[in-house]
Amino acid sequence: MKMSDSSDEEQDVNYVLFKDRPDWKDIRPIEQDDDDEIVAIHYTDKFKDVHNYLRALLKKGEKSERALELTRVAASENPANYTVWQFRRDILKTLNKDLHEELDYIEKFILKQSKNYQVWHHRKLLVDWLKDPSKENYFTTLILNKDAKNYHAWQHRQWYMKTFQVFDGELDYVDSLLNDDVRNNSAWNQRYFVINNTTGFTEEVLKREIDYTLSKIKEVVENESAWNYLRGLLLHDKEGLSKNKTVTNFCEELYSSNSQSPFVLSLIVDMCCEQVQEGSGDSIYTLERALQLCSDLELKYDKIRANYWKHMADTIKRKASGENVEEEPTTS
Amino acid sequence: MATLIKDVKLENVPTEVLFDKHKEFLQSYEKDENNYEYGMTDYLRISGMYWGLTALELMSINTKNQKVIDFIVKCQDPESGGISGCIDHDPHMLHTLSAVQILVTMDEVNAIDVEGVVKYVVSNQQEDGSFTGDKWGEVDTRFSFTAVATLALLNRLDAIDVKKAVEFVQSCMNFDGGFGSRPLSESHAGLIYCCLGFLSITNSLHIVEQDTLAWWLCERQLSSGGLNGRPEKLPDVCYSWWVLSSLSILGRIHWINHSAIQNYIKACQDVETGGFSDRPGNVTDPYHTLFGLAGLGLLGDERIIKVNPTFCMPQAVIDKLGLKPQILS
Repeated sequence: MKMSDSSDEEQDVNYVLFKDRPDWKDIRPIEQDDDDEIVAIHYTDKFKDVHNYLRALLKKGEKSERALELTRVAASENPANYTVWQFRRDILKTLNKDLHEELDYIEKFILKQSKNYQVWHHRKLLVDWLKDPSKENYFTTLILNKDAKNYHAWQHRQWYMKTFQVFDGELDYVDSLLNDDVRNNSAWNQRYFVINNTTGFTEEVLKREIDYTLSKIKEVVENESAWNYLRGLLLHDKEGLSKNKTVTNFCEELYSSNSQSPFVLSLIVDMCCEQVQEGSGDSIYTLERALQLCSDLELKYDKIRANYWKHMADTIKRKASGENVEEEPTTS
Repeated sequence: MATLIKDVKLENVPTEVLFDKHKEFLQSYEKDENNYEYGMTDYLRISGMYWGLTALELMSINTKNQKVIDFIVKCQDPESGGISGCIDHDPHMLHTLSAVQILVTMDEVNAIDVEGVVKYVVSNQQEDGSFTGDKWGEVDTRFSFTAVATLALLNRLDAIDVKKAVEFVQSCMNFDGGFGSRPLSESHAGLIYCCLGFLSITNSLHIVEQDTLAWWLCERQLSSGGLNGRPEKLPDVCYSWWVLSSLSILGRIHWINHSAIQNYIKACQDVETGGFSDRPGNVTDPYHTLFGLAGLGLLGDERIIKVNPTFCMPQAVIDKLGLKPQILS
């Protein structure tokens, strides 16, 4: 539903319609077959003109410099038109064009249209043809400077990093993003992505990442992304969620310093839940404590999700009584 | 450092759902030849029709219309079998699903070459089980959903390698229980809906971490009552649908605060023009209008026709086809 910004040419009073260009006289434009009411669409003259000539060239299969120029105008009129982009790539290939120039062109385009699927796909195919990701860090950083959570940019970044195995410096980049905005979930996700694709979550890495995450949580406690990442890390801890002393001490300290953050409380609930189920509980991770916390969350600290906390309390009670719950989701 | 939680403030919230205004809005949208923006979404034409027509269906309006059927027929590519967004354009999986959804709702699916559609969907499945959106090769979990939804509506799910397709979607599951567009891509409520919808259709919901994922989805609710699609993003009415339908599929829709989200959705109505927008005060469109109404429907508004959370179509249509997409309890 995102509309294109008005193209550069629209502001240009000197813009000449293709039907008025002498070097296009040999082409007979093809009008859209658009006669019934339901498909009647009001187009600008420019839009109609470009597409009439586009249809003609597609039909003719003409791959020339002027066809390339036509696709440029058509793409700026509607970047979501994937037929235009494919035609453009066919022309680039046939004319053996310098693809680095095309990278510069699409860079400017994406800077203006950074949430459009087709333009990113075009970029990806160019990098793939060139087998050269050397400009991509610079390029995606430009986009992420404007919007550090742009899903397309992250998807592209992950694609070339994995395809060409270029992860150097990425953890530092993620760190700089988290210094700007510690709640940037995309950056936390990228952290996981890099480690998963390089060192893996070895014991040493796990310790380093836990320390890193806790230091970030210390800065801002109300940060869903950091807590989620912490839980993600603990999935790699062979001991489980509740046995890592660094983490449990950290949470207990926050708790006793009167933090009522639902994130702290909910992690303690899950720690209790794990130990209650294992039946070999630490004295502080008990059923009673879990139930008290669930009730506090339900009634005071996270009222909007009250039903979730009621469910958690029930689940823990059932687990404590030895019932095997939540192993297999049931279909209603 | 940004430490403020992102959200919006609601003011002058309409107390009612303005059904008459919304009907008017969608019907005029269909006819307004001077709507320039609509012209610019030429390439979204079929999906646009699906949004508008389904929203009308949910308000009990029979949308069966021969012109729409004829238009869709003209959008089918005789060679590949796929359906494009508009006449003379290239076929795409998204429009193929939208077209099938419209035709199935109108009980007119035989107007198109059904086996052609099946052939097209099959041709987009890759070695690893994933699907591309068109023949140029963009892979995304959105297309895994559109593939199985299209085939299920045509009763031809057997035409693809379902096992491999499930394996690919499973490979896109993240540590937070959510799903992204590809393996290790960030969890995103829209893509979670696609993946859960996919798993619901293929009867494979056993692979999800039911409560972990439902918790992540609940966390999408902000103080305003609105739902966002990722942590620290603004609320948006379309996420009312992605999150609520996902929670419905997981059997956990009661975990979030219903009156708060209902209030947010109502706040996104334009009392003058009709329709819903992404956030209060923004321009309304058929896309957000469908997802606003469908969201209210899932929350139990009985004035809205019962909607199926997996297909985003009237439940009666799904029942008539004999489809029983999996729902967890």
